[in-house]
Amino acid sequence: MRAIGIVLAGGNNSRMKELSNKRAIAAMPIAGGFRSVDFVLSNMSNSHIQKVAVFTQFNAKSLNEHLNSSKWWDFGRKQGGLYVFTPTTTPDNSYWYRGTADAIAQNLTYLKNSHEPYVVIASGDGIYKMDYNKVLEYHIAKKADITVVVSKLDERDDISRFGVVDVDSDGRITEFEEKPIGAKTQLVSTGIYVIRRRLLVELIEKSAQEERYDFVKDILIRYRNIKKIYAYETTDYWSNISSVESYYRTNMDFLSPEVRDYFFKQYPDIYSKVQDLPPAKYNEGAVVKNSLVSSGCIINGNVENSILFKEVYVGNNCTIKNSIILNDVYIGDNTHIENCIVESRDTIRANANYVGEPDNVKIVVEKNERYAL
Amino acid sequence: MIKKEMIAMLLAGGQGSRLGVLTANIAKPAVAFGGKYRIIDFPLSNCINSGVDTVGVLTQYQPLALNTHIGIGIPWDLDRNVGGVSILPPYEKSTNSEWYTGTANAIYQNLRFMEYYNPDYVLILGGDHIYKMDYEVMLDFHKANKADITLATLAVPMEEASRFGIVIADENKQIQEFEEKPEHPRSNLASMGIYIFSWPVLRDALIKLKDQPSCDFGKHIIPYCHEKGSRIFAYEFNGYWKDVGTLGAYWEANMELIDLIPVFNLYEEFWKIFTKSEKIPPQYVAADAIVDKAIIGEASEIYGEVHNSVIGAGVIIKPGVVVRDSIIMNSVEIGENTTIDKAIIAENTKIGANCKLGVGEEAPNKVKPSVYAFGLVTIGEDSVVPDGVSIGKNTAISGETEASDYPDNELKAGETLIKVGDR
Repeated sequence: MRAIGIVLAGGNNSRMKELSNKRAIAAMPIAGGFRSVDFVLSNMSNSHIQKVAVFTQFNAKSLNEHLNSSKWWDFGRKQGGLYVFTPTTTPDNSYWYRGTADAIAQNLTYLKNSHEPYVVIASGDGIYKMDYNKVLEYHIAKKADITVVVSKLDERDDISRFGVVDVDSDGRITEFEEKPIGAKTQLVSTGIYVIRRRLLVELIEKSAQEERYDFVKDILIRYRNIKKIYAYETTDYWSNISSVESYYRTNMDFLSPEVRDYFFKQYPDIYSKVQDLPPAKYNEGAVVKNSLVSSGCIINGNVENSILFKEVYVGNNCTIKNSIILNDVYIGDNTHIENCIVESRDTIRANANYVGEPDNVKIVVEKNERYAL
Repeated sequence: MIKKEMIAMLLAGGQGSRLGVLTANIAKPAVAFGGKYRIIDFPLSNCINSGVDTVGVLTQYQPLALNTHIGIGIPWDLDRNVGGVSILPPYEKSTNSEWYTGTANAIYQNLRFMEYYNPDYVLILGGDHIYKMDYEVMLDFHKANKADITLATLAVPMEEASRFGIVIADENKQIQEFEEKPEHPRSNLASMGIYIFSWPVLRDALIKLKDQPSCDFGKHIIPYCHEKGSRIFAYEFNGYWKDVGTLGAYWEANMELIDLIPVFNLYEEFWKIFTKSEKIPPQYVAADAIVDKAIIGEASEIYGEVHNSVIGAGVIIKPGVVVRDSIIMNSVEIGENTTIDKAIIAENTKIGANCKLGVGEEAPNKVKPSVYAFGLVTIGEDSVVPDGVSIGKNTAISGETEASDYPDNELKAGETLIKVGDR
């Protein structure tokens, strides 16, 4: 493909509550076997984008661990590859990334030294499959300056956490409001953009001079009347996980056969770093209903309408209902967990009882040392 | 100059004919095991976990599945700038081209491969056992004894010793005598077919015996070295070691993985077994499914019942199905309301709806009674079984079978149904 990729994965969001204490949103585990960033990286790889930069900043440990090799997404190439750009101090800059545009500005040589004519920018917190070539074709056909991928938001979701757009009959964006209250349309920006590389360099340099640091506010919204900014609407599954509610719901979506079929069975695949865990093991007494179970799990109790991520141990006589148990959690005997998200690498003591509300799930963090039990 | 202290040569060319239709199209080391692994994953993982990062895999019989599985060795971290895994098939020479005619002959034909790495020691491995073993500890034993050859041995029950190659060692573990399947064994130390050779000793023996027809380690190389007075030692291994050479042993070893605390534990962080994971997504267990005592691989979908079974990755078990005491390998699909008892079903097979597998009384298999025994139904890879048939015990099926292949919708106990397609 004639484009390079930029993945914006530096962000944090207070809507993730305790879940963001541990990791950047892009590193959030998804659907048992994946992390959020796998979706955008697989999409880039499957769209034949060979050179991709991931910008990280906030609590990037989990993310960096996950990105320790580029071969899982097929980026281990001589031409191109996967780059991780974390803020660094240089003689002329001692700032963190002060915004998305600033992140790009601080790594402008990546853009300048590439020769591909286009750039695909995407965030690391979207769960979707997309062939970016289709967006690029649209971008070229519309002779657009910038193309923004938009999606009609599901009424379940809270529109006030998105950028909302209005378009004319040709698809050109006429209005772009960031996180509005009482939005006019249901069309939201997915945070996926296509732009000519030289134009991006120009706009970013200009913004930097003016000390403007945000790509949406200082480029998309500011330039919407003088640049041709088009909307490409996707009607396929797209979900942004940057709030506890939508993170929970997006994971639970994978209990539906249609969503699993779309992501797991239809070509192309979503890739991830494989961990060589043994198959899941069901011991006598295990009762599992309508649930996803990942490799390395050992189940002795009851699990219903739930998702067990990798290496979860469920003790005897436990009941796990409508819950998400993240990676490497040990759940002691006789525990009751309902409508919860249990944070990863935790040890839940025996006889614990955690119950959340269906529309207000509880985040469980015990932080016990495993050897103490 | 390249220098590797120890390199491994893994013999993976055998058919494993006692596994019947399971090895019709794939070499034995590529046969699936334990839900997501293949047998060769065990020696390959042992190599990398022992710090042996240069492995030659000698292939001959049906190597396609092995080649695609091993690739450039990424799953085992055996993709290296120097060393790593190399697949070594037989090749044509300007004179005297031949297949690998025996274990040692295969190694002899790859002398140049070994010389390239300039090793001090060469580890010879087979590709057909399930075990976790630290070859570095064995190498330390080899060095401490200033041995020329070290054999890995296992203490077997005395009454079973006559089935093995037995070694008789002195109190320093130096081997005095060898006995092949002795009627009255004088020791219970069985050779595991794992050898460490000091390179000059191996090189000399291979060259001296190069004209020996079907040159074999157990039959020719070891006796030759023994006669010559080489220092041969027995290293005693105490862990789990399972030969899965017969369908019965293969079935048993899989079933042992389901035990509450399996003797062979795959769930320890220490000494991980690596494999090429074909699927990443989690498995789905439906609201009406029942799963008790089982291990299940990634991306499988269970709508029916699974009891006491090993299920691979990407398997679909439809509503109403009952699977008991069986091994179902990757990407098998089982149609509605089918009942399966004590069966081994190899990869990509489709079983129709309303079938009954493993029914009725046992009867010995008419074609290969010693292979298709143990009361098992064995179905080879890429097979198709039509709707509504009933299949008896000690049977074997391979290929795309149709309703007309089953008189009265039945395959009686002891029958074999093998259809060879264009594949």
